Amino acid sequence: MTITTDDAAVQAVTTVMLVGVGGQGTILASDVLAKVAAAAGLDVKLAEVHGMSQRGGSVDTVVRFGTQVFSPVVDPGSADHLIAFELTEAARWLHFLKPSGRLVTNSRTIAPLPVLIGDCQPSTGIEAALDYEGAVFIDAEELACEAGSSRSANVVLLGAMSVGLPFPVELWREVLAGRVPPKSVEANLAAFELGRRACERGACEL
Amino acid sequence: MAHSLLSGNEAIARGAWEAGVSVAAAYPGTPSTEILENLARMDGVRAEWAPNEKVALEVGIGASVGGARSLVTMKHVGLNVAADPLFTAVYTGVGAGLVLVVADDPGMHSSQNEQDTRNYAAFARVPMLEPTDSAEALAMTKAAFGLSEELDLPVLVRSTTRLSHGKTLVEPGERVEVPGRPYAKLLGKYVMMPGMARKRRIDLEQRLSRARALSEDSPFTFEEARGSAIGVVTSGVAYQLVREALPEASVLKIGMTYPLPEQRIRDFAAKVERLVVVEELDPYLMSNLLAMGLIVDDAGLAHIGELTPGVVAAAFGAAAPETRDPMEDLPARPPMLCPGCPHRGVFAALRAMDAVVMGDIGCYTLAALPPLSAMDSCVCMGASIGMAHGLGLSGGAEGRPVVAVLGDSTFAHSGLTGLLDVVYNGGVSTVIVLDNRITAMTGHQDNPFTGRTLQGGSAPEIDIEAVCRALGVADVRTVDPNLLKPTRTAIEAALVHPGPSVVIAKAPCALLTKERPDPFAVDEEACTACGECIRLGCPALSRDGTARAVIDITLCVGCRQCVQVCKYGAIQRTGAACDIGGSR
Repeated sequence: MTITTDDAAVQAVTTVMLVGVGGQGTILASDVLAKVAAAAGLDVKLAEVHGMSQRGGSVDTVVRFGTQVFSPVVDPGSADHLIAFELTEAARWLHFLKPSGRLVTNSRTIAPLPVLIGDCQPSTGIEAALDYEGAVFIDAEELACEAGSSRSANVVLLGAMSVGLPFPVELWREVLAGRVPPKSVEANLAAFELGRRACERGACEL
Repeated sequence: MAHSLLSGNEAIARGAWEAGVSVAAAYPGTPSTEILENLARMDGVRAEWAPNEKVALEVGIGASVGGARSLVTMKHVGLNVAADPLFTAVYTGVGAGLVLVVADDPGMHSSQNEQDTRNYAAFARVPMLEPTDSAEALAMTKAAFGLSEELDLPVLVRSTTRLSHGKTLVEPGERVEVPGRPYAKLLGKYVMMPGMARKRRIDLEQRLSRARALSEDSPFTFEEARGSAIGVVTSGVAYQLVREALPEASVLKIGMTYPLPEQRIRDFAAKVERLVVVEELDPYLMSNLLAMGLIVDDAGLAHIGELTPGVVAAAFGAAAPETRDPMEDLPARPPMLCPGCPHRGVFAALRAMDAVVMGDIGCYTLAALPPLSAMDSCVCMGASIGMAHGLGLSGGAEGRPVVAVLGDSTFAHSGLTGLLDVVYNGGVSTVIVLDNRITAMTGHQDNPFTGRTLQGGSAPEIDIEAVCRALGVADVRTVDPNLLKPTRTAIEAALVHPGPSVVIAKAPCALLTKERPDPFAVDEEACTACGECIRLGCPALSRDGTARAVIDITLCVGCRQCVQVCKYGAIQRTGAACDIGGSR
């Protein structure tokens, strides 16, 4: 069997990288994004890592969609969108963003273990550096509490992310509602809406 | 049926189900765990957690001999444990189809080593299929059962982290109901005494020569012709990287990597000017191609860790894309024990006692890191007990207390035989079983000590204390590790016991605890900045600008461990996180 494919397809792939701290819910957010892209009729690949890093370590998830997607993993300088669930992680993964890419980040920080125990000073100037790079800042925890549950901060960021992606809001809401526990659908849809609005307000130019 | 977005693990489960699998067994291990978790929810399948991979494979072999299509899954290091039955199961062959899925972890995202299971396929002489995405994972797993029956051999399906935990689009099919084959007593096939094994050894070669013929015709091996300048031979997820990184190259994607389709490789090699191999981990294909006498150009790709499209492209001379420089001086973020983790109390005590701690595989391995720094080794499942005994024999601890620490599931996996060794040989080791009522690190699976099975049934909740006593340990005690003083007292008492001793530190994993009491906060005026609570290494605790402790109330689960170490009564209960607007 000999197969030939349209190699130009590689060029038409969008790469979204979600980064954060194990336990913040990056996996749920990336799963919703991947399902939205699939429901929109696109080819999709998602790469995530489970296991030890999920215990409060630095985590990254990659979602790629387009007419045909090959690699599930990416290199520095190749993400079109970087969605950071935490400030230090935004800085840690920033070099994966294309020079022209878009950065949305939670404005909160979670101190890593070496900082908590005083072995290492917290980084200073991250917010300013990210601001210089054109970041859109979202206070995800505050908006999540406003939506009714401090645990839906990941969905607030999903809402913010959705503003920059080419899928209709109804599709996002439908996929999200099908992916979260039935009794938390309302709070999650509210969190999604607040994230979306915050991003629209917060000069989320595309 | 419409396309579904499935992980490799979900697709493997679906493929096995569609093939009519009726018995499945596994021990959890990242990145393989979710295969059985998914299969367990499907109709018509008996799916079980075994205490370890060797037992899982033996269950699979037995079910196959009994005529049921059977699936056994594990991570790469699990195959070391299951290697013993595997090497002889190829001699006996199968009754009904027997498929073994092994998930490698290039880059060691959640493993203690890197292994390339393709070597095992060649070593044990087991036919191997290597999927490149979820769709192939489903199709290959489904086909593997028929292949196993046709060849009278178990079949290995090799996954890697990026396949198992990547999601791609899949078109699921229907289940084929396969009637069970009648059991037949066949001494020459299933009783591998030397006289019979010698005959099966010769028969094995005949079965493998049929496998070679099938490999030449495998629909999972295909050639993509795009010009003759470069021809890449590849397999598994590496194929996807090649497609991304080298759009101009011709590709021979090998689906069955043992036995290799040598004629197809030779035909491909004859068509290209420069023959190269792109593969992750060991130079398995490379060595085989060289042994075939082919001239293969070495692209210089590393045999350590994962490949990326950029790494592959660079090896073929592509210029690196323009990127930002990585930001410097960022604090590292290693994984850490969760807030409220009951393991913390044990390790705080061991640190205070300056113990030499032989460790094991589980969440608790994180206690090796500062500030607890209370673990000295991590080798393999169950190693802690034998190593503590051996270290005691060496005299190297020079009077410091020596303990072995391992989890409940790890103890069931391969701690029991170690403890038997200590008792038998008159050792004096103290073993601490961190019984958090679950197999935690892999995402909360049941085990023989939890009282529940994979498919939600109840099981005898095997009593660890009774097991230890039955193995001949006279000094066995159970303590709640969330109570710090009693925990230390129990460990100290066990250490002075003249024979072997076991302390069971029993409290459920903090992530299992449904009730969430209100968090605690630090009274600034009472705090003297002594740092005792900080040394627990709780994610919710840190120092403020004046070195006093502060608690992040969004993370605090109210476990009271820090309250017990504060000599100044400075840590007090407060209100729920959202009531006071969260913390900054």
